[in-house]
Amino acid sequence: MADKILKKLNIVVWRQKDAKSKGRFETYAIENISQGSSFLEMLDILNYNLIEKGIEPIAFDHDCREGICGMCSLYVNGHPHGPDTEVTTCQLHMRKFNDGETITIEPWRSRAFPVIKDLIVNRSAFDQILQAGGFVSVNTGGVPDGNAIPISHEDAEEAMDAAACIGCGACVAACKNSSAMLFVSAKVSHLAKLPQGLVEAKSRARRMVAKMDELGFGGCTNTGACEAECPKSISISNIARMNREYLSARFSE
Amino acid sequence: MQVLDSNIPSGSLAEKWARHKAAIRVVSPANKRKLEIIVVGTGLGGASAAASLAELGYNVKAFCYQDSPRRAHSIAAQGGINAAKNYRNDNDSIYRLFYDTIKGGDYRSREANVYRLAEVSPNIIDQCVAQGVPFAREYGGLLDTRSFGGVLVSRTFYARGQTGQQLLIGAYQALNRQIDQGNVKMYTRHEMLDLVVIGGKARGIIARDLVTGEIKRFGAHAVVVATGGYGNVFFLSTNAMGSNGSAAWQCYKKGAMFANPCYVQIHPTCIPVHGDQQSKLTLMSESLRNDGRVWVPKKKEDAEKLRQGKIRPNDIPAEDRDYYLERRYPSYGNLVPRDVASRAAKERCDAGFGVNSEGKAVFLDFSDAINRLGRSVIEERYGNLFQMYEKITDVDPYKEPMQIYPAIHYCMGGTWVDYNLMTTVPGLYSIGEANFSDHGANRLGASALMQGLADGYFILPYTIGDYLAGEIMTPKTDVNAREFSEAEEKVKSTLEKLMKVKGTKPVDYYHKALGHLVWEYIGMSRNEAGLKKAIIEIQALRTEFWGNVKIPGELNNLNQELEKAGRLADFFDIAELMARDALNRNESCGGHFREESCTEDGEAKRNDEEFTYVSAWEYQGENKEPVLHKESLTFESIKLSQRSYK
Repeated sequence: MADKILKKLNIVVWRQKDAKSKGRFETYAIENISQGSSFLEMLDILNYNLIEKGIEPIAFDHDCREGICGMCSLYVNGHPHGPDTEVTTCQLHMRKFNDGETITIEPWRSRAFPVIKDLIVNRSAFDQILQAGGFVSVNTGGVPDGNAIPISHEDAEEAMDAAACIGCGACVAACKNSSAMLFVSAKVSHLAKLPQGLVEAKSRARRMVAKMDELGFGGCTNTGACEAECPKSISISNIARMNREYLSARFSE
Repeated sequence: MQVLDSNIPSGSLAEKWARHKAAIRVVSPANKRKLEIIVVGTGLGGASAAASLAELGYNVKAFCYQDSPRRAHSIAAQGGINAAKNYRNDNDSIYRLFYDTIKGGDYRSREANVYRLAEVSPNIIDQCVAQGVPFAREYGGLLDTRSFGGVLVSRTFYARGQTGQQLLIGAYQALNRQIDQGNVKMYTRHEMLDLVVIGGKARGIIARDLVTGEIKRFGAHAVVVATGGYGNVFFLSTNAMGSNGSAAWQCYKKGAMFANPCYVQIHPTCIPVHGDQQSKLTLMSESLRNDGRVWVPKKKEDAEKLRQGKIRPNDIPAEDRDYYLERRYPSYGNLVPRDVASRAAKERCDAGFGVNSEGKAVFLDFSDAINRLGRSVIEERYGNLFQMYEKITDVDPYKEPMQIYPAIHYCMGGTWVDYNLMTTVPGLYSIGEANFSDHGANRLGASALMQGLADGYFILPYTIGDYLAGEIMTPKTDVNAREFSEAEEKVKSTLEKLMKVKGTKPVDYYHKALGHLVWEYIGMSRNEAGLKKAIIEIQALRTEFWGNVKIPGELNNLNQELEKAGRLADFFDIAELMARDALNRNESCGGHFREESCTEDGEAKRNDEEFTYVSAWEYQGENKEPVLHKESLTFESIKLSQRSYK
């Protein structure tokens, strides 16, 4: 069955030449978009048209377009990754929009994620947090057999639930405080749920939280906006678990 | 003169790797601290190599074009990773994994490399478990496995439908630990644009800072290219939008031979193309064929009604469905290798039984599995894939069969390497999908992850030591050397040339046009006339591109159109070499199907007498025909036979 066509859309989009320049909203019209197209395919077409008109295309981050790499990062109509649930922007489809609609696109807004150009932001703060302790300290080689450490089915599943985080930053973008608690707690929980990660659980929580605070993310006030907007449904129960890990780490200091 | 020396160690297959490790040189810890290694790409191969080399004490500089090393496209691998653990007691072994891989690759890979891959495969699982990769577990707490195409045992370890993501995060975490310790300097949003060779050895790279546009020089004692495959030559592929062949191609132009470029894998289970606005294809994991049954209608009129939307698939009774894989290949059924399944789907659709509006789709049906196992079991196994399918197509695969069609997915061809994973340029290594070595003419499912991690964790860290042991007296590379200046000038002039064209058509226009050409003539089915035509048309399109492409923006700023244009410029050249290679190889093997070489019932037919060799192409300069070198393949432990999955 052929998809329906959206005859006309108005796209209001944030344009900013580089990190230092002042940004502004621009409005572009686009016609004849198939509802079967993804949101980013719509942007591809808009960019194609802009290039033909001699206008610089809109810069936006994207890569796998399968909802797993975490590179795409658009704030669409007031929601990170747009109006659909449990999807990244690349998996958002135009059937979620109506003909004639005005669609507003902004970059992630957070002091810890400065704009690089147009809709592209710098999320290296996330990498820095993970570098501060989001790992198990094992070298290559000299490890025990994979079946030497039995892990219950439930624990493995719970660890997997937390490990599903793609590091896109939607949680930070959704939070009025720009808190990175959901992201950080997902990594803390993933590793704390497994015996391999348990050894360093306390120092990990301590170091990662310290780095998070240092990088300018805000505090968590439990509004739950992060969970609601997370494309991978990471649960805020991870935040509670991290708080426990963190407190027990502080008490054992 | 023997140009290609694969450096395969002596001894029986099972002894080679151990003997080789005992014979090669080792660098002392004090000397490792003085040596620098560049690793380009941070997928499974690159991240595992960078982390392992840094753990050993080398100074590592790692590069990726994405904003974080965690985003490399290994992350999108869904189904699993093979390992010869024999946890299932189903008579799996190193030999069986080796044999399956050689057979799956249609006897066009190197025995010694493949055996080593199978040999180190169990270590990979152990390593990943120790890192905290949350593999699926049985209720007793032990690791779970499942089956994949082309094999009769259950040896595929998995983490839901996100195995690649979890393995990459494991390697990324190991890399992060080394970054934290200062042993790896990570350069994100940097793209390698040239290799620097000094005195015949790889000594560094030229990279563009994608944020500022600055062209930078980086020196090292060795360079490792782990930049994946060139599947995006097809425009529509399952690769990430940024995946490209440029780093490998620059190495080719600097003397690293390129092997078997015509071996590309068309994956049978992708979500079909819709309309003409599409930018990328999405894979549905091969693991789905464990529980899904592939079919098309038996009657053409039913297919016709489906295409017109007059009936739904569930309206067609069981007796009117043609489960063509089960019919044609009773012993492997829905789990035949990818190349076989892809061609069978194309055959049915070409014969008029395609089921979507374009007539280019077949069904993958889970209703029997759901009836047998219950919805919750299917949900646990494939939940995220089903969700992804529904988000993209708006059809609920729990209620109605998925529609699938083949799409380009993986490149078996790549930079030629010897047993040490070194290219024909001393000091330049190629690992993972970027090299050619282990998958022959067709890769088995769940083997890409295995190879990337085998190369990065357990093979390169040993073999590179043998080369670097000879470099301990070599001082740090001087990036002011003439060779760096020349390479930088060349990179800058190419970028300026692209910016100066100021034509009328965007990069995507040419990329789509190239993709159509490649899919048509160098896709699932190839013939002499088509390949000759392809070469002429690719050349014409390339000329038009260089005369009429339009790239807005600036050279010294973030410019995604310029990035795309540079990659496309190399894709034209890669496509041409693919066509030349396919033209030369007048046999059908694995993913390479020559219409001139098939059996009466349409199956691929190899020609072992003439083509039991690796084709390695040597660059001769701009607009000159490359020279073909042949590395003959000898099989000591396996008897060649026509592959049969019947």
